Amino acid sequence: MALNEQDISAALQQQVALAYADKTPLNICAGNTKAFYGRTATGNVLDVSGHVGIVSYEPTELVLTARAGTPLSDIESALAAHGQMLAFEPPHWGASATIGGTIACNLSGPRRVYTGSARDFLLGCHMINGKGELLHFGGEVMKNVAGYDAARLMAGAMGTLGVLLDVSLKVLPMPQHKLTLLRSGLSAADALTLMNRLAGQSLPLSASAWIDGNLYLRFSGAASTIASVQHSQQGEVLENDEDIWTAIRELQHPFFASKQPLWRVAMPQVAAQPDVAGDWLIEWGGAQRWLRSDAAAGDIRAQVSALGGHATLFHGGDRAGAMFQPLTAGIWQLHQRLKQAFDPAGILNPGRMYENL
Amino acid sequence: MISKAELVTQLLALLPRDCVLFETEDLSPYECDGLSAYRQLPWVTVLPNTVEQVQAVMRLCHQYQLPVVARGAGTGLSGGALPHPNGVLLSLAKLKSILSIDPLGRTARVQPGVRNLAISQAVAAHGLYYAPDPSSQIACTIGGNVAENSGGVHCLKYGLTIHNILQVKLVTVTGELLIIGSEAFDSAGYDLLALVTGSEGMLGIIVEVTVRLLPVPEQAQVVLAAFSDVEKAAAAVGNIIAAGIIPAGLEMMDKLAINAAEDYAHAGYPRDAEAILLCELDGMHADVIDQIARVQIILSQAGATEVRLAADEQSRALLWKGRKSAFPAVGRLSPDYYCMDGTIPRRHLPLVLRRIAELSQQYGLAVANVFHAGDGNLHPLILYDANKPGELERVEAFGGKILEFCVEVGGSITGEHGVGMEKINQMCVQFDALELTQFHAIKHAFDPQGLLNPGKAVPTLHRCAEFGAMHVHHGKAPFPELERF
Repeated sequence: MALNEQDISAALQQQVALAYADKTPLNICAGNTKAFYGRTATGNVLDVSGHVGIVSYEPTELVLTARAGTPLSDIESALAAHGQMLAFEPPHWGASATIGGTIACNLSGPRRVYTGSARDFLLGCHMINGKGELLHFGGEVMKNVAGYDAARLMAGAMGTLGVLLDVSLKVLPMPQHKLTLLRSGLSAADALTLMNRLAGQSLPLSASAWIDGNLYLRFSGAASTIASVQHSQQGEVLENDEDIWTAIRELQHPFFASKQPLWRVAMPQVAAQPDVAGDWLIEWGGAQRWLRSDAAAGDIRAQVSALGGHATLFHGGDRAGAMFQPLTAGIWQLHQRLKQAFDPAGILNPGRMYENL
Repeated sequence: MISKAELVTQLLALLPRDCVLFETEDLSPYECDGLSAYRQLPWVTVLPNTVEQVQAVMRLCHQYQLPVVARGAGTGLSGGALPHPNGVLLSLAKLKSILSIDPLGRTARVQPGVRNLAISQAVAAHGLYYAPDPSSQIACTIGGNVAENSGGVHCLKYGLTIHNILQVKLVTVTGELLIIGSEAFDSAGYDLLALVTGSEGMLGIIVEVTVRLLPVPEQAQVVLAAFSDVEKAAAAVGNIIAAGIIPAGLEMMDKLAINAAEDYAHAGYPRDAEAILLCELDGMHADVIDQIARVQIILSQAGATEVRLAADEQSRALLWKGRKSAFPAVGRLSPDYYCMDGTIPRRHLPLVLRRIAELSQQYGLAVANVFHAGDGNLHPLILYDANKPGELERVEAFGGKILEFCVEVGGSITGEHGVGMEKINQMCVQFDALELTQFHAIKHAFDPQGLLNPGKAVPTLHRCAEFGAMHVHHGKAPFPELERF
């Protein structure tokens, strides 16, 4: 409990400033649960795990601010005590997962397409840029359009633009009741159509997933609402239903156990399945599809991008190569210029996201 | 430096005759946006018909290093579309087609000049709508909504523009066409969509937007509650949210606003109340019935002197009519009014309203308060007469003080109207020199020569030093690198 509350921002700022002066690359770490994600990390470890604590939490304002090294589980317990939650249902991928890593990777779980992503719930942050300057963007209010939205730019930038010190997040009440229905014998195409048809109705859909011909649909809301869903919707009621959602979110479902390379394929929800040989697990109404396949990276990316999506090599394969979908020339140039704007010496997680970034 | 005549000749080689305006009488409709206190005739106005024409205009302006100010419907309230005297005003008004609608995928691809409300109207047959609803939604266009990251009365539940779009097409300062975001729910690399949304025309020209659509809720109901003091009303808002209820809309009005709206709309508001709350719940029928009952109990327990449920759709529409006409209603109370747009953590509302009342006394100017109570966005309406010498300057000083107090209690100088020209000095209060320098570095990444909407949204450090805003950040005096004058 001793480390529940600790502010090491001054020390972190000093380390970044020194690294900037020496042009020493830094590898930003905290809980190390996402060490496998992206390209292989290089550089001296900048350990953020000692920067911990919930700085403020106002349940009636629906806003929580926590230091980047705060364990995700601490935040979730504090929220649960007031009947609230992180509505983007972030994956943990290990007990030591922190809020800083979650936001830096912009990781969201089953509820994402129905309530929003980590980025959507990010209201503001304190951060250190690559020159060792302490900056504050956004704030603790829902609406704030002063200046460029540099806070949300940090979500998913994987620490390449700044070291997150603390983040302010919008939180939401936990739904009182939920229900997962299972419908069997559906093809991927049928499941995609059905998930999207239901999402276009006034229904409290809060998660959807398809695997091996089984479609799982979760609904959340008041008791009377759930009763009316059970009455109007087909499907077998799944007992202990949170198990399936946790297993998918934490990549612990048997689907993920294979040794084949694992790809995360982001797609327009209603896009057809890419013509790639392999096994698929579809979630988020079709917006996030997991693929286990030995197919060549170039083939997978070409197929996926022709359908409006992009593919990330998640597990397995060459971590010195391209993990994320290559960018078009104009977009790549903006990435390089933004990197220059935030981290002119190129010391923050260099090469973690893309080579030469 | 190119002459105006030469510029017009070159533009006419790129665009049809009726798409280039250069005579004073043709230019005057473009001299201001919704903030009419600031006026400036542009050198030239162009109204391209196609994305290719937008690109050609940008290439030409880049070649001659001419400033470009983008403009949608011109409904903005912060002077963001105020023209540059030696620049091109680029109107996107003619790009107004809905390019495609995907009812199953619940998206629509639209050009920037499509009106906000027109999107919802076009998709209504599919049982869908576009959620962000700024009060100007009948006139304002989606391109401007993206540029300002517009909100509306339903933000607490449904978010801002950034939460409801997937992709934009952006023409850069050099005329290149970029796809930002994707039709998937995320894209590889940095979140450029978040950066571009709300960037006030400083980073590029938005020429296409893919919006997300939501199913029309099965039911919506509204409750009105009257309070004998503002503090009780503010506490009631917190109690509703603490009970796990997220209203679709949660609006507060003070006495002056209530009476102005009642005179104008005859909505049946209680004139003797110090504050009223309008609380709307939407969603599935069963959910709404359940929550509306709980909300009524919470409001009564919070000391409401009256709690009234709109019995039918007609009375619901009437209750909203009062709120939605609050601005023009207040406008009838005096020759002019000035609409402010700060946000605050909601718990500080009583404090901020007390401070506004003190300032109102001090400046001798009346204020009506309209408040998006759910998300902390305050719209004080300051009454004045622009024909009285010095009164506009007094209003601006008063408004500036309100915004600075919003920052002091942990809020922001703008919730949804943008910085534009209007709040550029207050940016020096909300951000320190390092943060402003970082903003300029972002701008430089997109627009190294500073040709897009110059002088707006982010002040130079020199401007801040002249303004003299003393933002003491982390105990350090601001702008130590600049001499004072």
